[in-house]
Amino acid sequence: MAIVKNDCVIDNEWVALDDESSVPESGANVLVSLARFKAEHDSLIARNGGLGVLLVPGDAPEDLADDIDRFSLIAVKFPAYTDGRGYSYGRILRERYGYKGEMRAVGDVLRDQILYMHRCGFDAYEMADDGDVALEKVRAALRDMTVYYQPTGDDRATAGSLRERRRAALDGASS
Amino acid sequence: MSLQVVTANRLDDGLAVFMTADDGWSTDIRDAVCAKDAQQAEALMARADTQKQQVTVVGPYLIDVAQEDGVLVPTKYREVLRTLGPSVRTDLGYQAG
Amino acid sequence: MYRYDDFDRQLVAERTAQFRDQVARRISGELTEDQFKPLRLMNGVYLQLHAYMLRVAVPYGTLNGEQMRKLGYIARTYDKGYGHFTTRQNIQYNWPKLNEIPDALADLATVEMHAIQTSGNCIRNTTTDQYAGAAADEIEDPRPYCELIRQWSTFHPEFTYLPRKFKIAVTGSPNDRAAVRVHDIGLRMHKNAAGETGFEVTIGGGLGRTPFVGKTVRDFIGKNDLFSYLEAILRVYNRFGRRDNKYKARFKILVHEVGIDDIRQQVEEEWAKIKDGSLRVSDDEIAQYIAQFAPPAFEELQDNDPEFERRKQAHPDFAAWVRSNVIAHKQPGYAIANISLKPIGGIPGDATAAQMELVGDLADQYSFGDVRVTHEQNLVLPHVKKADLFSLWAELNGAQLATANLGFVTDIIACPGLDYCALATARSIPLSQRISERFGDLERQYDIGELKIKISGCINACGHHHVGHIGILGLDKRGKEFYQITLGGDASQDAAIGKIAGAGFSEAEVVDAIEALITRYIDIRTVGERFIDTYRRVGMDPFKEVLYGDR
Repeated sequence: MAIVKNDCVIDNEWVALDDESSVPESGANVLVSLARFKAEHDSLIARNGGLGVLLVPGDAPEDLADDIDRFSLIAVKFPAYTDGRGYSYGRILRERYGYKGEMRAVGDVLRDQILYMHRCGFDAYEMADDGDVALEKVRAALRDMTVYYQPTGDDRATAGSLRERRRAALDGASS
Repeated sequence: MSLQVVTANRLDDGLAVFMTADDGWSTDIRDAVCAKDAQQAEALMARADTQKQQVTVVGPYLIDVAQEDGVLVPTKYREVLRTLGPSVRTDLGYQAG
Repeated sequence: MYRYDDFDRQLVAERTAQFRDQVARRISGELTEDQFKPLRLMNGVYLQLHAYMLRVAVPYGTLNGEQMRKLGYIARTYDKGYGHFTTRQNIQYNWPKLNEIPDALADLATVEMHAIQTSGNCIRNTTTDQYAGAAADEIEDPRPYCELIRQWSTFHPEFTYLPRKFKIAVTGSPNDRAAVRVHDIGLRMHKNAAGETGFEVTIGGGLGRTPFVGKTVRDFIGKNDLFSYLEAILRVYNRFGRRDNKYKARFKILVHEVGIDDIRQQVEEEWAKIKDGSLRVSDDEIAQYIAQFAPPAFEELQDNDPEFERRKQAHPDFAAWVRSNVIAHKQPGYAIANISLKPIGGIPGDATAAQMELVGDLADQYSFGDVRVTHEQNLVLPHVKKADLFSLWAELNGAQLATANLGFVTDIIACPGLDYCALATARSIPLSQRISERFGDLERQYDIGELKIKISGCINACGHHHVGHIGILGLDKRGKEFYQITLGGDASQDAAIGKIAGAGFSEAEVVDAIEALITRYIDIRTVGERFIDTYRRVGMDPFKEVLYGDR
């Protein structure tokens, strides 16, 4: 198991709490379910230490909107790589609510889905492989394509925008 | 219970194949190893559905067969077609010889 | 016609390399079959009864002559000399080897073709009217919008792992030849009160296990807003479509269970948040795409060509073909020529490598290099000079491509069925062949008139049986093939799902049953009535009577 972020293997500095276990007083970064976040909203917000939420398919990312700047981690679960709901959650959090912190794909995270995840705003991937293998897979996945048709919030230039730029340059040159 | 053999499609060319006694695969159902009861069938499937077999074949499963004139023949028409080829193109598939 | 620029070419090249790598990882054992399967499916590779099957995309059914010849080359080089055109306006090859498919895709890429998203739980190839840009009844050519949809939907990062597959169809004509209302999204061009052209959007249509005619989610969406609106619909589906049951995962089930009004509200709410974003397409950009599909350099001609008329007089076979297979063109002196892939007793939609190569050549010679694939599994040369029709016909006739049966009882849609398909429960092709032979006489066909028979070999309904005037569904009953008949289906602008007539028929009985239905129709029709019109007038009972008597 390894987490790859920003072209590095990183240590997991988060304690995943289930809905029953007690919250450490302060210091530790805690990752809680959306249900727990909603139930213990005020105390979790008031606490010292990083706050993260784990979204699972069926959760509404809208529920995080009002507190979006309070989170340093939003983990999105892909229970099976075929369950694509997390892609929509990623885009909504980044593009609609302007989430800036770490967005981590967890669960069945495989090499051939990573580029799509990245395009939807994910920047960290928890993979079943060991560190070096995981890192190499992420690197390879992000190299697969260089042309993109859809505008997402990932700041990649789309084919459409590049064509537009080229036309403008040609128009400028000819006038 | 009917006699059963294990069939699959070969990974590289996709052709229908049948598991043989030495855990290999043949395009000819007459070479297949045959299970006579549920226990034997389960054992055959266990040998067919391994990680190692995954680089040779895809999707192994059991089919019912019968002995006809000393030759194994599938009982379901779908599987008969797999041992022959398309009924509308008798020039293609195993039936073409 | 749209030509790739360097971006499109690069994208397809990268995809081909990516798939080559995925195949290598599968063969080495790095990828399990479970992990590989969705990857190969998204490149159109299935595993069927006898071998792999490769489904190649024909975006919105449009090909140029060179592409058509390349399809023939692929059939010759990587397959057994033929291919099968499908109800999705695509082509399927039945015998490719997995380790050669990357090479086939590389060859296709040289003519700007691919197999991207021809399967998998993603947005599939967009389909449209096969007469786009040629039809006399067209409001506007839908292909520029189809191309924009192609680009928007290709590798859409958010919508590649949808609950289930997703199909979009577009028509630019009020006479719907693309069956748009039996698609997940149907787009019908029309003008609003202000005189602007836009789209009526229907959603939740589909065939398969649970057929539905689509419902209108929005009466009018402007061209600039089309893509943000599509994205809003897809986002609602991706988030809320059912994933607990494969058979309830299609969008139509969500629309049906939630109700069109609530879905509309969800879509509109989502759309309100993204409509002013980067998916808004400018008039300028649309104009670029419209220019790509500019009409070819038609000559200014008289609509009537005396030589053409004389040839019809002299050659009754030619005259018959013109009557059945040639359709009015919007440009005077030109015509739309349909090439039937339904020879009497043949396999619907199959074409040999030589036939494909010939059609490619004929397209270059007679139709400005333009060929179309129809969802009824035929081909079209959309822009033929009337003066050239006779030479064209003579060449087609020499290659068994001039069957004069378009829209008649032997112009049957049939899926591959149990002869090829791993999902099928019964064969479709032999039945279509026997019906075709029974009604092979052309005079008899013309007397019967327009009649759409559609045959599926399983409940998934690739053969569109639900929307056949007569639909036939092949099932397995205790190891024997048997066939259920539906009546009254319609894929046109008057879309309707057929009703089951009653108990099914054995393989031996079913052709007689079809003949009995047709005989009854002839007995009770009024002047000018098609089969479907008669059915609508008299209902099921008179037909049931001939099928079952007092049973």
